[in-house]
Amino acid sequence: MSVGGSPDDEVDRLLEEAGSRRSRILGGPGRGRPEGRRAVWIAVVSTVVFFTVLAVAIINAPGWLEVKEAFFNGEQFKESFPSIARAFLVNVKLFLIAEVFILVLAMFLAVMRSLPGPVFFPIRALAVGYIDLFRGIPTVLVIYTLGFGAPALGESVPKSPFFWAVVSLVLVYTAYVAEVYRAGIESVHESQSAAARSLGLSRWESLRFVILPQAIRRVIPPLLNDFIGLQKDTALVASIGVVEAFRQAQIESSATFNFTPFLATAMLFVLVTIPLARFTDWLIARDRRRRQAGSTR
Amino acid sequence: MSEAIRLEGVRKSFDKLEVLRGIDLIVEEHEVICLIGASGSGKSTLLRCVNLLEPIDAGQIVVAGVDITAPGVDVNAIRTRIGIVFQSYNLFPHMTVMRNITLAPTKVLDLSIEDAKDRADQLLDRFGLVDKADEYPDRLSGGQQQRVAIVRALAMQPDIMLLDEVTSALDPELVAEVLDVIRELATGGMTMLIATHEMGFARDIASRVCFLDEGVILEQGAPLQMFSDPKEERTKRFLQRIIAAGRM
Repeated sequence: MSVGGSPDDEVDRLLEEAGSRRSRILGGPGRGRPEGRRAVWIAVVSTVVFFTVLAVAIINAPGWLEVKEAFFNGEQFKESFPSIARAFLVNVKLFLIAEVFILVLAMFLAVMRSLPGPVFFPIRALAVGYIDLFRGIPTVLVIYTLGFGAPALGESVPKSPFFWAVVSLVLVYTAYVAEVYRAGIESVHESQSAAARSLGLSRWESLRFVILPQAIRRVIPPLLNDFIGLQKDTALVASIGVVEAFRQAQIESSATFNFTPFLATAMLFVLVTIPLARFTDWLIARDRRRRQAGSTR
Repeated sequence: MSEAIRLEGVRKSFDKLEVLRGIDLIVEEHEVICLIGASGSGKSTLLRCVNLLEPIDAGQIVVAGVDITAPGVDVNAIRTRIGIVFQSYNLFPHMTVMRNITLAPTKVLDLSIEDAKDRADQLLDRFGLVDKADEYPDRLSGGQQQRVAIVRALAMQPDIMLLDEVTSALDPELVAEVLDVIRELATGGMTMLIATHEMGFARDIASRVCFLDEGVILEQGAPLQMFSDPKEERTKRFLQRIIAAGRM
């Protein structure tokens, strides 16, 4: 989503980045073959040694007991976890509802921004203005302003902080996701729309049946990436008093002056993002396999 | 015979570069016109203009008596009557061969899925592609892809076919299968405007050959006369270069 480079490069770069992250973690190809099996053993032994040394070093460090008491308190964990997990459902609800609106509105915005010709300049300008604005403002500022400001506008305006939390997240993430879609649309070669138009399909039909299906397929990995970002940013709505996992952890923690509840919260966030991250990696790898299969005819 | 296409004083520039500098050409029905000329002489641009993929700057293009370059014409309706096939096939990679072919007939001509499939099956059968109907384009050879692209254009039952160097991206051994398809179309009486580098093919198939040079039709005539006894010095030099390159 950077400014420099063509959108095509951008998509490729994102795919590349995510792909190489995976191969770095798994140590690249070679598993399964004899020398590969040896490599696995070396990896296992080295991992065990490394982490044992690390654990011993941490446990024997001065102040470890204080750290353990403040952050890794089993008693506190057990006590706070159920209420935090319940509050985490609010986060889940937040990002699931927001994501649906984001995916639809961002597509709308991206198509607006891609309209050709001088007639549509005001529409394009509007889309660009929106994207620039909401990519620039810190998310927490949008949440704070709408969460406290909007309900004060009058009787007919919704009062629920949850409602304004969803609105804020949708406003901000729509701007990001619209740019991802746009990169996808622009990465589909002009000859595809020429072929579609030459068959008599209207501009809208060629977008709908030819351009968008290809564009969306290409941007699924970066889209999932933004979805992970959205999941984490649901913690920001604690600032307007929505009792979600982070806010619940603050409540638990302030009662006991112990920080273990935050660790429990962090764990919950990681638990939902990891499967999504692996799923993204898998999609990228599958896409690469397919493209390679296509090129070796 | 009546007139299929008439071009009058067609001009087209890209920024400062004037690609077409006053093209006049009349194509009669059932005629096969081959456009020859060096790369950059304007052959592709001319075809794209006839299909209205490029708006022209000046002049007129009249198809079956209708000025298609007049303001306010229904561009999509005109395009359904003029098929175009591109050098790089431009099949839709996310659709099967069958879907590539039936998309426009169902969406533009409002054919039912069954009718569109029947039409596609007949065409695929005619060009020996019946077993490829459910494949994705990436799984086909270049020659097969280009034949599918031709079938896709034919499924709209156009009056005119424009072929833009359809064999230029193919490996040499795949050229013949595509040329055979075009030959069959010519035998069937299809009106065609063909930009090509295949001189031997042009000599065999064309009712008329036009030599484009720097955005104008410098010389035109029957293939035999054009290839054995060109009048213009530049035509002679172009053909000599082609012969020297072993392409004829």
